[in-house]
Amino acid sequence: MTATAQAGPILRIEGLNAHIAGQQVVEDVSFTVPATGITALLGRNGVGKTSTIKAIIGLIDRSGLVELDGVRVEKEPTYKIIRSGVGYVPEDREVFSKLTVAENLRLAERDAAPRRQLVEELFPDLLARSGQMAGTLSGGQQQMVSLARALLNTNKILLVDEPTKGLAPKIVAEVAETLAEAAKTVPILLVEQNLQVVRQLAAGAVVLSGGKVVHTGNALEFLDDDGLTQRLLGVSTEAVSHEASPHAEARHAAASQEKGAAL
Amino acid sequence: MTTETDATDTQETPDKTPDPAGSPRRRAVNDGGRPPLHLTRGRMVGAAAGIAGIVLLILLPLLNLSLPGVLPGPTYTPGSLQLLAMCMLMAAAALTYHLLLGVAGLLSFGHALYFGAGVYGLGIILQNLDIPLLPAMGLTLLVVIVLAHVVGSISLRVSGIPFAMVTLAFAQAGSVVVGRNPEGATGGDEGLTLRTDNLPDFLVGVVNTRNLYWLALAVLVAVFIIVTWVQSSRAGHVAAAVRENELRVRVLGLQPYLVKLLIFVVSAVLVSIIGMVFLLLQSGAVPRAVSADLTITLLVMVVLGGVGSRWGAVIGGVFYTILDQRLTALANSDAIDALPDVLRVPLSEPLFILGTLFILVVLFLPGGLTGTAQRLAQRRSRRGADRVQKSREILEEAA
Amino acid sequence: MSTVVLLLFTGLGLGALYFLVAAGLSLIYGLMGVLNFAHGAFLTLGAFTGWEIARRTGADSWWTFLLSLLVGAVAGAVFAAFTEFVLIRRLYRRHIEQVLITVGLSLAAVALFDGIWGTDAVFIQGPAWFKETTEILGARIPNDRFICIIAAVLVLLALVFFLKNTRYGMIIRAGVENRSMVTALGIDVRKAFTLVFTIGGAAAGLGGVLASHYFGYVSPLLGGSLLIFAFIVTVIGGLGSLTGAAIAAVAVAVLQQFANFYLGGTGDFVVVLALALVLLFRPSGLLGRTS
Ligand SMILES: Nc1ncnc2c1ncn2[C@@H]1O[C@H](COP(=O)(O)OP(=O)(O)O)[C@@H](O)[C@H]1O
Ligand SMILES: [Mg+2]
Repeated sequence: MTATAQAGPILRIEGLNAHIAGQQVVEDVSFTVPATGITALLGRNGVGKTSTIKAIIGLIDRSGLVELDGVRVEKEPTYKIIRSGVGYVPEDREVFSKLTVAENLRLAERDAAPRRQLVEELFPDLLARSGQMAGTLSGGQQQMVSLARALLNTNKILLVDEPTKGLAPKIVAEVAETLAEAAKTVPILLVEQNLQVVRQLAAGAVVLSGGKVVHTGNALEFLDDDGLTQRLLGVSTEAVSHEASPHAEARHAAASQEKGAAL
Repeated sequence: MTTETDATDTQETPDKTPDPAGSPRRRAVNDGGRPPLHLTRGRMVGAAAGIAGIVLLILLPLLNLSLPGVLPGPTYTPGSLQLLAMCMLMAAAALTYHLLLGVAGLLSFGHALYFGAGVYGLGIILQNLDIPLLPAMGLTLLVVIVLAHVVGSISLRVSGIPFAMVTLAFAQAGSVVVGRNPEGATGGDEGLTLRTDNLPDFLVGVVNTRNLYWLALAVLVAVFIIVTWVQSSRAGHVAAAVRENELRVRVLGLQPYLVKLLIFVVSAVLVSIIGMVFLLLQSGAVPRAVSADLTITLLVMVVLGGVGSRWGAVIGGVFYTILDQRLTALANSDAIDALPDVLRVPLSEPLFILGTLFILVVLFLPGGLTGTAQRLAQRRSRRGADRVQKSREILEEAA
Repeated sequence: MSTVVLLLFTGLGLGALYFLVAAGLSLIYGLMGVLNFAHGAFLTLGAFTGWEIARRTGADSWWTFLLSLLVGAVAGAVFAAFTEFVLIRRLYRRHIEQVLITVGLSLAAVALFDGIWGTDAVFIQGPAWFKETTEILGARIPNDRFICIIAAVLVLLALVFFLKNTRYGMIIRAGVENRSMVTALGIDVRKAFTLVFTIGGAAAGLGGVLASHYFGYVSPLLGGSLLIFAFIVTVIGGLGSLTGAAIAAVAVAVLQQFANFYLGGTGDFVVVLALALVLLFRPSGLLGRTS
């Protein structure tokens, strides 16, 4: 289904520049996303993570090279890039609030045989609420809709922007589990502020500052370098690395067993 | 003409990081970052050319020059002076529209309301009150200032396209009043004939057309200077910044609303003064002066000339006025009459040709006449392309 | 009482026309962010083609009338589709330039109509029944009002059905709310653009034929004068909201009729005043998105 066996990166960005309202928000950004696992895109607020994601799929004007699975797509319009196998989970969920949950999902179906069953198993809650206006859902439920929209189709990569933003800890864990499951079959580029989640999920990390890439490498090594995280993200990771992590990983393992059959 | 006085000069944003591989867009934003020496020399050449041009224009009524195909007769004849004066008033009006669209990023469809307020306000006051011209103009100005504040403060509650619609609605109300002819004040569809009893003699009659011509020239020069001054003032800078990024200006604690209102009112006041001179030049007021068509004409002039450029507005105003006049003459000519219907019908409608031309300019000549001219003249440098880019950005930001 | 009823029905008839223009305007703006100044030209073209049909096939038969409605709607739709496909589409995402194009198009089109059909109003005839009246609660209502009202209600119902029950309807509703997210789901939203233009043009063309019967004449300026009120209706109703447009169309037209009758012909002012009030207290309109 996906390019798991392939050696090259699934996504290659080179010299990406993007502007919003005459201001450069992405500056000469280059990185690659490997064909398996989760790669984290990190940085403080406002450094251009969301803009980078949007520039990749052409939601904002950009220049530079974007190569998806060996094919250059930067000249294509957004809908074609998406159709060539990109699942996009935007920041702030962006569900269509005046459409029902069922309509939100139907709108997202691109494949001839969308994986409705998978989505129903992952998010039983949504099935029960399929006739409800998406705008009346809780933040967590909206995030489920947003994730479901991406997971309905077979993708070469998922671009997931701050999926845990503003959610209760319990929901954060659920979202993280869902992503861990999804990552078994599709590579993910994940923007995430919650470093605990990053530690739990991500293999690689790309760190932005002021619209530029300032660090790339292994995610755990980066998070373990307290000085570096402090400097680049402005937060200390001590608490996360020594207390929460083992716990999270245990839960991760349990969750994998539980839901493994579903995928 | 010189290009050094373009709007782009006042809109540089500080750029800390040198960016050799920067995208065109980035360069466009930093257009003002040319070496200061070049800029000053350019300005001086520009000023010299401007002064020479103005001197020529002042002397024109005393000269016997012919421009066949453009002017109906030699330059000293009243017909030609009338047309030239009209060109200058329209250029000045287009400049005030540039202040709205090019400087503050406001796409107004109601600018004719203030032009019409000047035309009809002065006309009605002269008709009904026995006061001399200057006090009458002062009184009209007072009315316009109040009107512009009221309409501006309400319309500016929305922005972008809704602003366009709302200003249009208000202007339409004005147009309806004029059409309704309340108490016979506006003359309805017929319009109003200027009562000349209290006017100074040198402004009355065909023999004095050249005095009106000089008045129109003075208005154009004054409006150009005022618009330049507003643009380079603090308010102009804030307005440009608001246009580019309203949020950022708010964060800086400035008041975008008040700045926009200020520019709106200044632009309204200026265009109403132009309207008053228009009344004197035309010896009367017609409902078209307050119609949406007039606003659209101003918009077309600014876009034809090149959005964001003062010279563009001037050139657009002159070009449009002359073209309109020539096309009307053409429409009534025998050559057109002899054509088969498929050609005769469209060619005998000046607005059809102007509308089509306008569409073509928007589609194929972004940056308008000035942008295109610069691109052609200066292939080597990037200024022409920058002009085009700037125009596009201004339009984008008005949305 | 009979005056009130008469005013009410006259207002409803006018509101029906406003709605037919505003529906397309509102959907086009909601989905594409384009203020379509050429919408009045769609209407005028519909009115003139409808009149040509009526003139050539015997003006007073019902079949002719129905045919003229159909032809008017088709003419409006074709003109609108052409506008979107040939002109607007080239300037994707450049909203103001798109507006400028529609301004130029409206100038050129009205001038062309002038050239073809002349600047003077041409008077129009429909089935004899139109000129008769029906008595309701003592008021004698001209029958053409009912035709306008029925047509507008049918158009509203058809649009609602289309928006609620078809995939394209769903795409349009989603696009009105968040266009870029629709493309980010892999949907070519430009097809929906052509579609809303076509639908809006058809409604306007239909409205043109009806307007020519309501007012009794066609002139190149017919569309422009209705367009301004349709703008007001869309702002008051909330840009992008079809229901809002329907409610505001009726409210504006009825208000206008009553003010014209009871407040000495001030209908147009009262409408602009209403617009000012709505802007002051609810800038996004009655049913608009609050953004
Ligand atoms: N719609 C917008 N208008 C103006 N500036 C914006 C807009 N969206 C983002 N920006 C600016 O772009 C920069 C990058 O933003 P973003 O990509 O959202 O950052 P992040 O996702 O890393 O928090 C910020 O400085 C932000 O202020
Ligand atoms: Mg972000």
